Amino acid sequence: MAENAVTGTPEEMSGDGVRRRDFINIAAVSAAGVGGVAVLVPLISQMAPSADVLAASSTEVDISSIQPGQAVKAVFRKQPVFIKHLTAKEIAAADAVNVGSLRDPQSLDERVKEGHREWLITMGVCTHLGCVPLGAGEGENKGEYGGYFCPCHGSHYDTAGRIRKGPAPTNLEVPEYEFTSDTIVQIG
Amino acid sequence: MSFPWAKEYQPSHPTMRWLDEKLPLPRLVYNAIGAGYPVPRNLNYFWNFGVLAGFCLMLQIVTGIILAMHYAPNALVAFDSTEHIMRDVNWGWMMRYAHANGASAFFVVVYIHIFRGLFFSSYKAPREMIWLLGVVIFLLMMATAFMGYVLPWGQMSFWGAKVITGLFSAIPLVGEPLQTWLLGGFAPDNAALNRFFSLHYLLPFVIAGVVILHIWALHIPGSSNPTGVEVKTAADTVPFHPYYTAKDGFGLGVFLILYCAVLFFAPNALGHPDNYIPANPMSTPAHIVPEWYFWPFYAILRAFTQDFLFIPAKLMGVIAMFASILVWFFLPWLDRSPVRSGIYRPLFRKFFWFGLIPAMAVLFYCGGAPAEEPFVMLSQIASLYYFAHFLIILPIVSAIERPDPLPYSITEKVLGEDENSALAPSAVPVEKSDAAPAAS
Ligand code: HEM
Ligand code: FES
Repeated sequence: MAENAVTGTPEEMSGDGVRRRDFINIAAVSAAGVGGVAVLVPLISQMAPSADVLAASSTEVDISSIQPGQAVKAVFRKQPVFIKHLTAKEIAAADAVNVGSLRDPQSLDERVKEGHREWLITMGVCTHLGCVPLGAGEGENKGEYGGYFCPCHGSHYDTAGRIRKGPAPTNLEVPEYEFTSDTIVQIG
Repeated sequence: MSFPWAKEYQPSHPTMRWLDEKLPLPRLVYNAIGAGYPVPRNLNYFWNFGVLAGFCLMLQIVTGIILAMHYAPNALVAFDSTEHIMRDVNWGWMMRYAHANGASAFFVVVYIHIFRGLFFSSYKAPREMIWLLGVVIFLLMMATAFMGYVLPWGQMSFWGAKVITGLFSAIPLVGEPLQTWLLGGFAPDNAALNRFFSLHYLLPFVIAGVVILHIWALHIPGSSNPTGVEVKTAADTVPFHPYYTAKDGFGLGVFLILYCAVLFFAPNALGHPDNYIPANPMSTPAHIVPEWYFWPFYAILRAFTQDFLFIPAKLMGVIAMFASILVWFFLPWLDRSPVRSGIYRPLFRKFFWFGLIPAMAVLFYCGGAPAEEPFVMLSQIASLYYFAHFLIILPIVSAIERPDPLPYSITEKVLGEDENSALAPSAVPVEKSDAAPAAS
């Protein structure tokens, strides 16, 4: 370049042949590049859930009035949670399945809390594309496996909320929860 | 513009001469859509749809800006503000119906525009860039329409947002966090509604920018035409104004009659009644379907019900749905026939009318139907044909097909003779690239 012919005198050369101007160029562009990338962090993370959305993610439910065979819908993170009181028959049906044959192999015990086998607590969110499956409400279609049925694209879940048929890839998600007493569950 | 015989802009009024020297904006318009732009003389009505698409974009921007003056993008009041537009705002009902049906009209027009491109192979050299930019516009339109449909915050809005952002959760590893990031929460809520409104306002202007590039790229080779034979002499063209301004004006009139018929006599015919129920995160409507213009792609999404090797069915469906549009980007290189117009391609024409069009019709129908048999199987067969058409049939057809003889020029086609054709060496009846198949 013409300007280099004027300014690039031998005195400006350092030992390894890096000229002062090249050094300044690289340093300036690198600093600007790092700064530019750093700005991306707030630009991207502003779209993630905000503090109030994250704060609203714990719920307490009183389960004392739920009879065997009944289920209620609670709200957790603005999404439905199914709290189901399993009957002995439903537990037997879930235990009778050969776990190895499932799409998402899990036994009933892996999906409930010890000592509370009759309480199946799952998200009411189909793992396919997120519709609310039927089967928690009185008289709703429970699907071919007696658990839940998602009408959107036809996913069938069994009495342990495990995917048995249809496009959904995994079992209904079990949220984090604990029994704070025998009749109160805290979700989240 | 591109042809040496294009008329030059010669302002007669001193003000216009003054303006032309300082800022040649009138010259730009004159050369783009005025008498300074020579256009093939034989364009049929399929060539009206570009201008109509531009009109629809303007219509959406004007009605949209008006709606945004009365609409409130907050999950607590969005539904009520939409009802406020419908019931209380002066002429609000008309603005909203004009906008909602305008989106449908826009897609009708653009689908016909794309159909024209597919049948007359407008995507071939030297017009590849016009086609590629067109596909970009179509993708942006789909994103805009999807986000617009979320704004009224009815049941279909909410569950549409949930299911469509749920598509991203199919991506391995990053899927779930990506969906949460897109929504700004674990399910659609205020954060999602607000950002969708912001982007729904922005994207139409991005589309307008890409439309300008699309037209810029068009004006380099000029419009193609139903014969697919390139313009040779001034006799093959007429100035855009007044010839095509008149023809486009007539087309616009016909379009407006049809559009107004729907707008004023059946404004809800294309909508879904469930969207007049406020969004309820606790219960999904029994039958959720997207707007009609997404049906073919929704059918492809749902056609994948079996895991394929290690790829889950859910991911396959999502990949196939995106691939069904992305394949258009490769079209200029998949169809290798030098002949453009389907009129002169007997084999291509058969696959087009009896393969691609029926497959698209089946996908369209199945996308709006419930996810049951026989619709699932029908969508599987149609999806298979759809991909085979572009990836296998088109390359083979363009290699083995023997096209019909092409006219020497547009003028010969229109008038039955072209005095210049006598001067052309008879062995090479048409332009170079078309010569080989036509002469064989
Ligand atoms: C590419 C052009 C556009 C398309 C395809 C489009 C599409 C849509 C659709 C499908 C709806 C839902 C209508 C309904 O069901 O009620 C909608 C709503 C809305 N759009 Fe657009 N739109 C476009 C441009 C714009 C622009 C430029 C603005 C504002 C500057 C805008 C502002 C709005 C507003 C405020 C709503 C909510 C009110 C309502 O639901 O009627 N739109 N849009
Ligand atoms: S969302 Fe439940 S099956 Fe698709």
